[in-house]
Amino acid sequence: MTAHESNILEVNNLVMNYETKEGMVSAVQDVSFSLPRGHSLGLVGESGCGKTSVALTLIGLQANNAKVLGGEVLLDGDDLLELDKEQMRLRRWTDVSMVFQGAMNSWNPVYTVGEQIREAMDIHWDPKPSAAEARAKTEELFGLVGINADMIDRYPHEFSGGMKQRAVIAMALSCDPKLIIADEPTTALDVIVQEQILEELRKIQHDLGMSIIYISHDIAVIAEITDLMGVMYAGKLVEIGSTKDIFARPRHPYAWLILSSTPSVTGPRRQLAPLEGEPPNLLDPPSGCRVHPRCPFATEKCVNEEPPLVEVESGHSIACWNPEQVPVGLAVGSSE
Amino acid sequence: MSEQNGQIRVKVDGLRKLFPISKGLFRKSTDFVYAVDDVSFEIKAGESLGLVGESGCGKTTTGRMLVKLDDATDGEVHIRNAGTDEMIEVMSIQSKVDQKEFRKSVQMIFQDPYESMNPRRTIFDIVAEPLSVQGIGTTEEREQRVVDLLRLVGLTPPEPFLFRYPHELSGGQRQRIAIARALVMEPTFVVADEPTSMLDVSIRISIMRLMLELAEKLGVTYLYITHDLAVARYMCDKIAVMYLGKIVEMGPTESLLENPMHPYTRALLSAVPVPDPSYRRPQVEIEGGVARAINPPDQCRFLQRCPFAVDQCRNDPHPDLYERGGDHQVACHLVTSEGNWVGGERVELDLRS
Repeated sequence: MTAHESNILEVNNLVMNYETKEGMVSAVQDVSFSLPRGHSLGLVGESGCGKTSVALTLIGLQANNAKVLGGEVLLDGDDLLELDKEQMRLRRWTDVSMVFQGAMNSWNPVYTVGEQIREAMDIHWDPKPSAAEARAKTEELFGLVGINADMIDRYPHEFSGGMKQRAVIAMALSCDPKLIIADEPTTALDVIVQEQILEELRKIQHDLGMSIIYISHDIAVIAEITDLMGVMYAGKLVEIGSTKDIFARPRHPYAWLILSSTPSVTGPRRQLAPLEGEPPNLLDPPSGCRVHPRCPFATEKCVNEEPPLVEVESGHSIACWNPEQVPVGLAVGSSE
Repeated sequence: MSEQNGQIRVKVDGLRKLFPISKGLFRKSTDFVYAVDDVSFEIKAGESLGLVGESGCGKTTTGRMLVKLDDATDGEVHIRNAGTDEMIEVMSIQSKVDQKEFRKSVQMIFQDPYESMNPRRTIFDIVAEPLSVQGIGTTEEREQRVVDLLRLVGLTPPEPFLFRYPHELSGGQRQRIAIARALVMEPTFVVADEPTSMLDVSIRISIMRLMLELAEKLGVTYLYITHDLAVARYMCDKIAVMYLGKIVEMGPTESLLENPMHPYTRALLSAVPVPDPSYRRPQVEIEGGVARAINPPDQCRFLQRCPFAVDQCRNDPHPDLYERGGDHQVACHLVTSEGNWVGGERVELDLRS
């Protein structure tokens, strides 16, 4: 198999700006990554770092003021950015489906959940499923995400929050997509329910061989459910590699700092190291490396020149001029 | 402030809050949500208590009653007056004058830094408002005090911030303003309701550290409300876990995390995502989500979700919270007074390796 065939998704040099009254907001800057079939990739970063913008661009749902200035999004070899709106609409659900953060609140209250899932199948299946086929499929999917089959004829208000989110995942699977993009799928949920949903998603990935992109601000969630991860900062991908490698030894200063400042209930209690400063305004992104104003290792070169994403070990790349400065082991905050 | 450590600063006894479920305009409500039901705890000076639980467990309602934003249905709350060192009985405060006096000792930091500030007022107005309400100082003195506080919460140099509006600041900066506003009266007790849950990870830690530093410097004691046990671990000396209006387990932070006894605490702990891909998660033993405690029957509140329930749990009233060794309190029929588990087989829960 060539690399091309084994990757379900390849994103190359994607650039996207938002046109606003104040000027161009550089939301996604030269982002490239690929996702091997049957794997899960996490995109992690602070709010405004461009992770959702990347996801929305992948499925052509970016806001009206978004301008895709370059790059390609190859799903199974086809460039999705070349498609027009109608072609893209037909690709959604059948090729790529998406589970949004507040998706559980997007159910229409006057139709049963089963009817709404049926609607997606009616539009995207070719030929349309018969009533019996649709029902059988929905029952199968409900079983997969852990909802009782008799809930199919119930209305959304009869579902709890976690159940609604499970039903959204069932709907996302209804047209047998090749790829699911889950954008903060559990953020509004309590931890126990979150763990249940993550468990379902993990099962779907392992048992069905589904390829999944997870987006989360919570690096602990990314650690739990992905085998690959990319760390984004201010519209740039600064580190990408296997989740195990990055957690074992983050090579980029920003990834290192984010990991150092994440509290955990396990292990000995560490002093957490705070990350000073705030994310930049992307109307006027910092020169050179976008991380430099917050980076403890920044040099003159970082202020002037933009570092390219280069491989530091097999399948693990970073964009940094001074990776040798990043210590092994997490940062420890000074105790005051 | 160390000489005061150990002194009881907040004492809550049998606190209860029932919200009526409306049954139309003229009909008397007969159904109630037992949002907080018979909650008792103490907070000593220099010792922050974390109130942890899932949404709807009553943690925010408890916090709001402590600062008298909500009135309790029943129960007593005593909070030490910062000035006179006497205990104030919070629920008996009736007059505006007494309430004003009370708020000198007690303040609150809210979850949402975007919604808890008047967008039409400047930062100076927002932080100085408690001073002007209390009629403290001249305008110059207030300005000096606000400048000092902004410096204290890390907004330096402070002067450029004074006449800006909340929308010009980032979430982290706003939460620093909220902290400054809460501290301007030099309270001794602050209720912090999820103060970092709306903030990004990178900013969260600096706000948490700021709050800890200020606690030490100014002798402030927190009731820290959070859904996140990992955050509570860094902020609190003690943790109380709430479920459907009841505290089900309470103890010193590390002891509670090391040896959780109540099935609910164990489930919460095993469900917290861990930032370590090689971590092997124990199975979460309970299922389903939190219900609402509407006219709950007099039996263990956790019964419906408890995989270990025995007949006693169904027949006896909700178990009392009592000592199970070493300042560690649990409300469960299946934990003996020595802290031993006598219920069914449980999964190994080892978070310390």
